[in-house]
Amino acid sequence: MRSFATRFLLTDDRRFWRGFALAGALFLVAVPLLNLLPGEGSALHLPNYMIPLLGKYLCYALLALALDLVWGYAGVLSLGHGAFFALGGYAMGMYLMREIGTRGVYGNPLLPDFMVFLAWKDLPWYWTGFEHFPFAALMIVAAPSILALVFGWLAFRSRITGVYLSIITQVMTYALMLAFFRNEMGFGGNNGLTDFKDILGFDLASPATKLGLYVATVVALGLSLLLCRFVVASKLGRVMMAMRDAEGRVRFLGYSVTATKLFAFVLSAALAGLAGALYVPQVGIINPSEFSPANSIEVAIWVAVGGRGTLVGAILGALAVNAAKTWLTDAVPEAWLFFLGGLFIVVTILLPDGLMGLIKRLRQTKAAPEAAVEKKHA
Amino acid sequence: MPDESLPIDEPTGGSQSAAGSILYLDGVTVSFDGFKALNNLSLVITPGELRTVIGPNGAGKTTMMDVITGKTRPDAGDVLFDGRVDLTKLDEAAIANLGIGRKFQKPTVFEKLSVEDNLELALKGPRGTLATLLFTLSAEAKDRIDQVLHLVGLAAKASLLAGQLSHGEKQWLEIGMLLMQDQRLLLLDEPVAGLTDAETAATAQLILDLARDQSLGDRSLVVVEHDMEFVRSLGAKVTVLHEGSVLAEGSIDAVQNNPRVVEVYLGR
Repeated sequence: MRSFATRFLLTDDRRFWRGFALAGALFLVAVPLLNLLPGEGSALHLPNYMIPLLGKYLCYALLALALDLVWGYAGVLSLGHGAFFALGGYAMGMYLMREIGTRGVYGNPLLPDFMVFLAWKDLPWYWTGFEHFPFAALMIVAAPSILALVFGWLAFRSRITGVYLSIITQVMTYALMLAFFRNEMGFGGNNGLTDFKDILGFDLASPATKLGLYVATVVALGLSLLLCRFVVASKLGRVMMAMRDAEGRVRFLGYSVTATKLFAFVLSAALAGLAGALYVPQVGIINPSEFSPANSIEVAIWVAVGGRGTLVGAILGALAVNAAKTWLTDAVPEAWLFFLGGLFIVVTILLPDGLMGLIKRLRQTKAAPEAAVEKKHA
Repeated sequence: MPDESLPIDEPTGGSQSAAGSILYLDGVTVSFDGFKALNNLSLVITPGELRTVIGPNGAGKTTMMDVITGKTRPDAGDVLFDGRVDLTKLDEAAIANLGIGRKFQKPTVFEKLSVEDNLELALKGPRGTLATLLFTLSAEAKDRIDQVLHLVGLAAKASLLAGQLSHGEKQWLEIGMLLMQDQRLLLLDEPVAGLTDAETAATAQLILDLARDQSLGDRSLVVVEHDMEFVRSLGAKVTVLHEGSVLAEGSIDAVQNNPRVVEVYLGR
C-alpha cells in the first residue's frame, strides 16, 4: 500500500512537495484568513472582490494545466481547448438556470427566462435532468470528454498531426461558437446564461459562497495537478513523450498512438470542462464568446510562458499572464494586446522553456557558480 | 504462437514454399504513381538465418522493409510471417507485437528520455493504455534491461538522455530496443551508415553475436547495407536487389563475380 502511495504521489520529489505545501498554505489558509480576519480598513485586508478574481485565475490555471498535459507531453497542440472549457461552463450554467426556478423575471417554474421570451412552450429534451446537481456534475465532465473522444478519434486515426490538427481544433471551437450564438440551439443565444441566484442552495451573491467556490477551485486544481503528475510519471507518460518526439517509432514498438493520444486528449478535455464549470458561478455568466478561437490561442500562450511539459509551469504561466492582464488593461488598456504579442515573441526567442526553464537555469547557476566561472575561462 | 484472430492466408502458387519459413515474400509489387518500387519481389528467410540485402539506390530496399512492417501496402503478392500470418492485413503496431522489429536507416531513439527508459518502453509486455498507465518495473525486467545494456555496450551510459549519445551509440541503443522486444525477426536498415571504422567493426561483431545467440529461440536477422566490406565481414548469404526484384542470391564472392551484379553496380 505504501508503495502505491509513493507511486501515485511521487513522494520522493521533495522540492515539488515543499512548493505544493507552500502554495496550499498561501491559497487555502493565508488568502481566506486575510479576507476574513483583518477589518475593512486594515492594510492587510483582502477585499471581497479579490476572491472571485483569484478564483477565476485559478480556473484559467486548471485550463492551462489541462492543455499542458496534451500539448507539453503528448505533443498535440490543441487550439480548441476553450471549447471544452465552455462546454463544462454551459453544463454548470444549465444547472444554475434551473436553480433559479420561479425567481426569474417571468416567474416560470420550468422554463428559463430566455425561453419564455422566445415564447417556447416546453423545455428542450437536452435540458432534462439539469435540475439535479449530480447529473449536471456528470455532464460537466462527460460533455467535453465525449466531444474530445469523437473529434480526437476521427483526427488521430486519420493521422492528422502538427499544424493541421491545431487548425481543425480552431475550426471546431469556431463552429461551436457560431452554433451557440443561435437562439434555436436553446442555450440563450448571444446573451448566454446568466442571472444565476444560488448553487446547491447557497446564495451566489454572499461573500461566504464566493469564498467556498474559491476554496473548491484551489482543491480541484491541486488534485488535478497530482493526477496529471501521476499520469506523466507513469510508463504511459513516457510513451506520450516518446510519441511527441518520434511518433512513427512508437508505432513500431507496438503502442497504439491513436489510443495514447485519445487518453491524453479526453482526460485533458475533462479537466478543461471542470475548469469551465468552476469558472461560471464565480464570474456569473457563460456566453458563446468563450468559444472564440482567440481564447484558445491565449491558453497556449499561458502554457508557453510558464514552460511546456512541466505542469507546474502551465499554472504559473496562467497566473502570471492573467495578473498582468488585469493590471495592464486597467493601467494602460490600449497596451495589452501589444504586450501579449510581445510576450509571445520574447518567450519564443529568449525563454524557449518558459518561466520554469528560467527558474531551472537560475538554480543551476546558483548551485554551481564556481563551475560556471571555470567554464567561462576555459 | 499466432492466435486465431490473426488473418491467415495460404500462399497461392509461387516457386518456393512458405512452410517452415519465418518470412516469405512472393510476387510482391508496389507502385508509386506508376513507378514500380517493388516488382514481383520474392524472398524467403528461414528461422535463425542471418541475411544481408544489398542493392543500388532506388533498388527497393527500404520499400521492402516498409511492406514487411506494414507501413506500405503492396499492390499484389503475398507477405507471410511464420509461414502463415498475412502481414498485408495488419498495421504497424500489430506487426511489431507479432515479433518483427525494425531498426530505421536514421537512428530514431527517444532523445528526451534516458537510455534506460528507451529500453523500458521497448520491453516486451502488455501495450494497452491502462496497462501502460499502471505498469511497474519488475526485478526480472530490470535484470533484462541491464543484460541488454551490457550486450550493446551502453551500461555506463544508462542514465544519460538518449539525445546525448553519439551516432554509433544511438544505432546500438536502437538494436538494444529490438532485443528488449524479444523479436523473432530483426530488420536492420543500414546499421553502419555514418559510423567510424571502429564503430562499424563493433556493430558487425554485435550482429554476429545476436545471430549466434539463439537462447531466446530462433532469431532471424535481415541486414540491409551499402557497405560491401561490412557485408563481407558478416559472411552471410547475400541477396542483391535491383529495380524492385532479386537480381542475384548467394555468397558474397559468388554475388560479386556475377556479371549482372557487376553491370548494375558499375554502370553500363
